Amino acid sequence: MSGMVIWLKLFWTFFKIGLFGFGGGYGMLSLIHNDVVEKQHWISNTEFTDIVAVSQMTPGPIGINSATYVGYKAMENAGMSRTASVCASLLASFSVMLPSFILMLLISAFFMRYKDHLSVQTVLRWLRPVVVGMLVAAVMLLLNEENLGAFQRDNLQLYVSIGLFILAFIATCFWKIGPIKVILLAGLFGGVFYSLV
Amino acid sequence: MLFDLFLTFFKIGLFTIGGGYAMIPLLQREVVERKGWLNDQDFLDLMAIAQSAPGVFVVNMSIFVGYRMRGKRGSVACAMGAAMPSIIIILAIALFAGGYRDNPIVENVFKGIRPAVIALILTPSIRLASKAGLNRWNWWVPVATALAVWWLGVSPVWIILGAIAGAILYYIFKLRKA
Repeated sequence: MSGMVIWLKLFWTFFKIGLFGFGGGYGMLSLIHNDVVEKQHWISNTEFTDIVAVSQMTPGPIGINSATYVGYKAMENAGMSRTASVCASLLASFSVMLPSFILMLLISAFFMRYKDHLSVQTVLRWLRPVVVGMLVAAVMLLLNEENLGAFQRDNLQLYVSIGLFILAFIATCFWKIGPIKVILLAGLFGGVFYSLV
Repeated sequence: MLFDLFLTFFKIGLFTIGGGYAMIPLLQREVVERKGWLNDQDFLDLMAIAQSAPGVFVVNMSIFVGYRMRGKRGSVACAMGAAMPSIIIILAIALFAGGYRDNPIVENVFKGIRPAVIALILTPSIRLASKAGLNRWNWWVPVATALAVWWLGVSPVWIILGAIAGAILYYIFKLRKA
């Protein structure tokens, strides 16, 4: 596979992933795995696992992180130069965002135009309680072993995590400390504490 | 203004750690409290809309905020701002820091950040619950939604689409006649 074909394939694959990736980053990862690892064989299973790990261990949405990384690795594996690999990672990142642009601009334009209409107001009034439930579910789902540490296996990490969770909640909810400060402090604490014990 | 939008979302993208929902406390702080670009109800509406469209949640939210503030150019500025930190950091790792994943200090830093981020998402949920228009007729909706998503593993997309369909039927058969 050479010339234009691989670039077009890269664009089309990530455009599709952006278009059908419902439900956030994790939903997208299964699409990426299916297309990029199993169908196109651009990267191996091990590389995919590494990419997921790095995407979770870096700032930014997982969907963009993994698209950028997969684009780079795919070209590197195809024996392309570094410059070509960088271009491919940019192409993959923009392709995965393109469907969002098209759809969200249509939805936003519609919303701005009709937001005062009674039908749209009714829909929004029904949706707001649903969104609150979604947020609560997100918190419940995130309170898992990967984020807090496993019971019995990493008891120390689990207790420290629960402490950090409660402290971060008090800091933002009652002391009104901004989220960026809390993230920086928690990261600093983790880096120092877990390196010492 | 466009640069301000870009910079604000760059900052938000840089600290969105651990998935799309991690963006919510940052967006609430920067866009609602600091800049006053949206109010709490707009914020709830924005989340419903961004969640019901496919693609990256963070990008969808930035496009909507940008479009509202400055039209198409605003949406490009916000989405580019939100995505740029990801692209720069991942490229830097791919090019220069292959061992990043196995660095024990990085792992330790993230062990500290992850539990804190979950608490950061909880705080705006409580605040938004008071702005969601909950009353004795609909208090069960957030409870049922949370249980369906968390316990039964139902995708939020289906619940949002269901609520939209229900609201439209209610509008057609009840409100429009009245």
